[in-house]
Amino acid sequence: MGATPFLRMENIHKRFGPVIASAGVNLEVEEKEIHALLGENGAGKSVLMNILCGVLSPTEGQIVFKGSPLRLGSPREAIRHRIGMVHQHFMVVPNLTVAENYVLGHGSPLRVIRDMKQVSTRIRELSHRYGLDVRPDARIHDLSVGEQQRVEILKVLYHGVDLLILDEPTAVLTPQEADRLLALLRDLVADGKTVIFISHKLDEVMRVSDRVSVMRDGKVVFTTRTAETNPRELARMMVGRDVLMDLPRAQTSPGRVVLAVENLSCNNELGLPAVRGVSFEVRQGEIVGVAGVSGNGQSELALALVGLLPAASGSIRLNGEEICGLTSSEINHRPLSHIPEDRHKMGIVLPLPLTENVILQRYDQAPFSSRGMLRFGEITEHTRDLIRRFKVKASHPGEAIQNLSGGNQQKLVVARELARNPDFLLINQLTRGIDIGATELVMQEVLKQKEKGKAILLISTELEELFAICDRILVMFEGQFLGEVPPDRARLEEIGLLMAGNREEAQRLHNRAGAIEA
Amino acid sequence: MANIDSERSPSAGSDILNGLGRAFTKTWQAVAMPAAAVLVSMGCGALLLALNGFNGWDIFTVMLSGVFQDTRSIAEVLLKATPLILIGVGLCVAFRCSIWNIGAEGQLYAGAVATTAVGIAFPGLTSWIYVPLVILAGALAGAAWAAIAGLLKIYFRASEIVTTIMLNYIAIIATSWLVTGPLKDAAAAYPQSARLLREAWMPKILPPTRLHIGILIAIALAIAAYIFLFRSSAGYAVRVVGISPHAARYAGMSVSRNILLAISISGAMAGLAGAFEIAGVTFRLYQNISPGYGFEGIAVALLANNNPVGAIFSGTLFAVLRSGSEIMQINAQVPQVLVSVIQGIVILSVVGFGVYRFRSARPSE
Ligand SMILES: Nc1ncnc2c1ncn2[C@@H]1O[C@H](COP(=O)(O)OP(=O)(O)OP(=O)(O)O)[C@@H](O)[C@H]1O
Ligand SMILES: [Mg+2]
Repeated sequence: MGATPFLRMENIHKRFGPVIASAGVNLEVEEKEIHALLGENGAGKSVLMNILCGVLSPTEGQIVFKGSPLRLGSPREAIRHRIGMVHQHFMVVPNLTVAENYVLGHGSPLRVIRDMKQVSTRIRELSHRYGLDVRPDARIHDLSVGEQQRVEILKVLYHGVDLLILDEPTAVLTPQEADRLLALLRDLVADGKTVIFISHKLDEVMRVSDRVSVMRDGKVVFTTRTAETNPRELARMMVGRDVLMDLPRAQTSPGRVVLAVENLSCNNELGLPAVRGVSFEVRQGEIVGVAGVSGNGQSELALALVGLLPAASGSIRLNGEEICGLTSSEINHRPLSHIPEDRHKMGIVLPLPLTENVILQRYDQAPFSSRGMLRFGEITEHTRDLIRRFKVKASHPGEAIQNLSGGNQQKLVVARELARNPDFLLINQLTRGIDIGATELVMQEVLKQKEKGKAILLISTELEELFAICDRILVMFEGQFLGEVPPDRARLEEIGLLMAGNREEAQRLHNRAGAIEA
Repeated sequence: MANIDSERSPSAGSDILNGLGRAFTKTWQAVAMPAAAVLVSMGCGALLLALNGFNGWDIFTVMLSGVFQDTRSIAEVLLKATPLILIGVGLCVAFRCSIWNIGAEGQLYAGAVATTAVGIAFPGLTSWIYVPLVILAGALAGAAWAAIAGLLKIYFRASEIVTTIMLNYIAIIATSWLVTGPLKDAAAAYPQSARLLREAWMPKILPPTRLHIGILIAIALAIAAYIFLFRSSAGYAVRVVGISPHAARYAGMSVSRNILLAISISGAMAGLAGAFEIAGVTFRLYQNISPGYGFEGIAVALLANNNPVGAIFSGTLFAVLRSGSEIMQINAQVPQVLVSVIQGIVILSVVGFGVYRFRSARPSE
């Protein structure tokens, strides 16, 4: 390392009123490295990176970039210094095209219109160079999450950066997309760029980074070369104790059928068939997983089950009662809970306090409401209880939920849904954005629900999540279930084949394995 | 993490202190922005007056001493504040639901027409029945007029901004037609309706001034609207629908029903403003019954940051400005345009500070 590193953040402090988000952070990043940033939910990673890219200004401390001190007033200034960030929740305007988004806020409107052609050419060029497959004339709202993220990354590259910051870029990606992203990061470094990336997935960090820093309680507590550490040590550094990677599971024998779905079909928002005649049952005391590459109908299946998307045909019975065709309000009064896939879109209301997020579906039910009025005493008590039980980092129940870190928002959603004590629990992505320590906690809570005899359906793009707690896994491909597999790591290859829609090959593999056993 | 001070401290006393501290910062934050907006615009106004050869300070003192000269002038301010508060409070509810109702002016006219029609039609009723009846008629007419825009939005996705503006024109022109035709007082030379029957007049509260009980009703309704929005389950649903329709659907709330509810409440409040003008002040329907209260009400709600209790104060402030502008013209010969410009500056700085507050909120990760 030279005398002056590429980037040095010195003694950074950031306070929000009484909340201390950065408590004297020191961080050094070398040129042309991939530097991973780890830490528990609420450790202060996003805040620190928002300071580095000009979104937030520090209360105290200084940044030295390429040998000279840096004072940033806005993200645009950061771009001028060739620092760019891809935020965890995307910041593009949905009903504009890719090219329009790139020039938005940069330069006068007249120039922008004149130069649009040139912009498109440049986007095509860059997209080709990094194999990103971004079309300049596509509208953002027509793109999948993975595509939107490529758009975000290319947007930063388009403005020309030397330092690229990615905040939990893989949280919303499928494993395949994540692999592509990690390969891209390597290409970028080969191209002379420097990358800082935040992740809760230790295997990714081990695979792609050159060095790792771990944050705890608003400070960097540990920095090392990736080659000189291992996941266990990193986990201990983050959480301060050993983390169970494999959870003990009580053997329960499934009871009566709670949810019975028959021949369910439904269309997506564009009116195209998304779920095509699926049938399955979930029994008391079992966790059924749904695996699949995202975009194969899992989202629509989840929405159809809770009445947020009309079913084209089929039946859904909960405790023997037909609920297909009921409104979501009627379904809310049934013993059912739903952890939605996209917390910002559905699961929470960002500007409202924690208390008012905790009552989202029960705002008109006892004990949170009586004679039409909200009972804030009860609500605050309940919120405090959830905060305590799920170790949500929040200063008080009246804090706006948007002030919480991403992972803590997710913890609160999970806490809220589990506390409704439903017979059937629908989970679409359980641990998205949650750190490894909290993942353990959340999974244990879900397993407790199972032991209490709840029926649980867990939809996930993370095979690890499914393997950790499911009793059996259904594999979804193009709106149908291609097969059922036990959560056995030995059957990973078979699941992969099914996820790719290759049923015959999977069958052959399965038979061969059976033959060897026999 | 070092941020959980209230959670960590075991003593209940410090919990209460923390709570008080938070309540204080909250109030401060709520008041600081509007106060700054008002100060900035007053500064700009003074500058503008100075540039036009007036002494800003003198005018200011003339204006204030004129506005608060005696009971009568104070009563006149409160008389102007009444419709502004009513409309502002209603718009707080609509805006919290993200319904951009620009049609309070038209809804006010609808209320005024209904009040007039009922107020001249039933001789022989006692005041105890007749006054509530004409008020109710005004509120219902305003709600119905607003509900048209709500239904158009729900069934045809028509933007309420456009439809409420169009409904304004219809209501105002229809009123002109009514007072020159069907409702015209045969005995009068000017286009105006017959006078309301005595029993339909709202009681005065400060004789000999014109002040009527409308101001008390407006304040009570502002408090009621606050309780509705922030303390009731139904008001909670209105707010969630306004912030995030997706989350509202997830929570089992009907987006359409809440839109209709919010726009009808704002229409009812504007209709009440019209009813009070007729049954409390003019006792007759005229062509230009409102000097733009419906539009000024938008600024009242914005300055109050969509808080109904705040609208009591911002509504009164705008009434002071309105009275003050008359005095500026009469006693200090400041031209009307200049007065309008100053009012414009107030509104712009309110909006400007609103944007600033929006930008200083936490960016999503
Ligand atoms: N605008 C704000 N107001 C109050 N507190 C805030 C604000 N922004 C962040 N915080 C607090 O700062 C702390 C650090 O948050 P940050 O978002 O950096 O966490 P993080 O390390 O990114 O966690 P995660 O892994 O969950 O994303 C949290 O406790 C959070 O509540
Ligand atoms: Mg974060």
